[in-house]
Amino acid sequence: MSIRTPLARVRGLGSAKQGVRHFWHQRVTALALIPLVIWFVWALTSHVGADYQTVRAWLSAPLTTILMLFLIIACFYHMRLGVQVVIEDYIHSEPGRLALLVLNSFVAYGLGIACIFAVLKISLGS
Amino acid sequence: MVELRLPKNSRVKKGKHWPAPDNKDGNRPPRTRTYRVYRWSPDDSDNPCLDTYEVDLDTCGPMVLDGLIKIKNEIDPTLTFRRSCREGVCGSCAMNVDGSNTLACTKAMDEIKGDVKIYPLPHTQVVKDLVSDLTNFYAQYASIEPWLHTDTPAPEKEWRQSEEDRAKLDGLYECVMCACCSTACPSYWWNSERYLGPAVLLQAYRWLIDSRDEAAGERLDNLEDPFRLYRCHTIMNCANTCPKGLNPAKAIAKIKKMMVAREV
Repeated sequence: MSIRTPLARVRGLGSAKQGVRHFWHQRVTALALIPLVIWFVWALTSHVGADYQTVRAWLSAPLTTILMLFLIIACFYHMRLGVQVVIEDYIHSEPGRLALLVLNSFVAYGLGIACIFAVLKISLGS
Repeated sequence: MVELRLPKNSRVKKGKHWPAPDNKDGNRPPRTRTYRVYRWSPDDSDNPCLDTYEVDLDTCGPMVLDGLIKIKNEIDPTLTFRRSCREGVCGSCAMNVDGSNTLACTKAMDEIKGDVKIYPLPHTQVVKDLVSDLTNFYAQYASIEPWLHTDTPAPEKEWRQSEEDRAKLDGLYECVMCACCSTACPSYWWNSERYLGPAVLLQAYRWLIDSRDEAAGERLDNLEDPFRLYRCHTIMNCANTCPKGLNPAKAIAKIKKMMVAREV
């Protein structure tokens, strides 16, 4: 137990003086994802039934590669920001929250890097 | 983690039934309304319970609060609740009526179908019956320093404000700090120690856009925090439940806009 005034509890350690970037980046990535996801779904459905070589050729075209990288970066960054909010909302134990926030970053960036690597490998050959 | 069930000693049990007293002719009152009211007392170790009261409508005012006052005066004087102005300006009688937070004094019994079910404000510590502990809520209000901050020496008369600037306070100054919105907000339920909640943020915005205030920058600095401000996920329960018809979510969105405006 600790005897503190209610105001001392509320003020706590003060404001973090950050959070705007998180808010802004989440919105900007959401905006970018609207056309990118539409394009991606359209591209996938228009390749239904195509053979391996055709899809590979499509994927290694410069414009496709650029859009794919854009999609991957926006998507996984957006995902990391979103899951972070869920963790902050619901996980109240300090060590648990910290561990999950780190894990969230590792998973999101790990998956993102793996996807980027796959796209580049196909696009740049070998 | 979030707890989805109430702890064992908080689960609500069935309580006593209090029939309406006979009217002055010695008959059972013909028109009654059933109130189901949450009861809990710190003086014993019993679980909370739901008492039912029958209220004689022929000798009772039209509002939910009228019924509660009648119960306290004529049926069960131990029933405990806050009330003062009985016209929606003091904010004391905030409680959960018929499933949503409101002021008992401005909620008419007519608006409710079936029994009148009354609980204390959700997710607050109960002091007794319908009285919740709002200590943290008031401390959060104090933390935003809800008064005019100026460095310029005070003018001889009043701080002047144009009509247009005064109009910006409409929809904000009416807030009576009843806590209906904050205690209806799931984000506030989960993080009330760190998230300021809709009522306090609406008040914070009220001072941020006051043209006479000279401390908008410091005010924004104090709010810029993932928990204090950014726990608002525009769930909109606040706007739905506000008994004064205000929109705290919109005020919070405007604070977020101000935050972006000073960054980009």
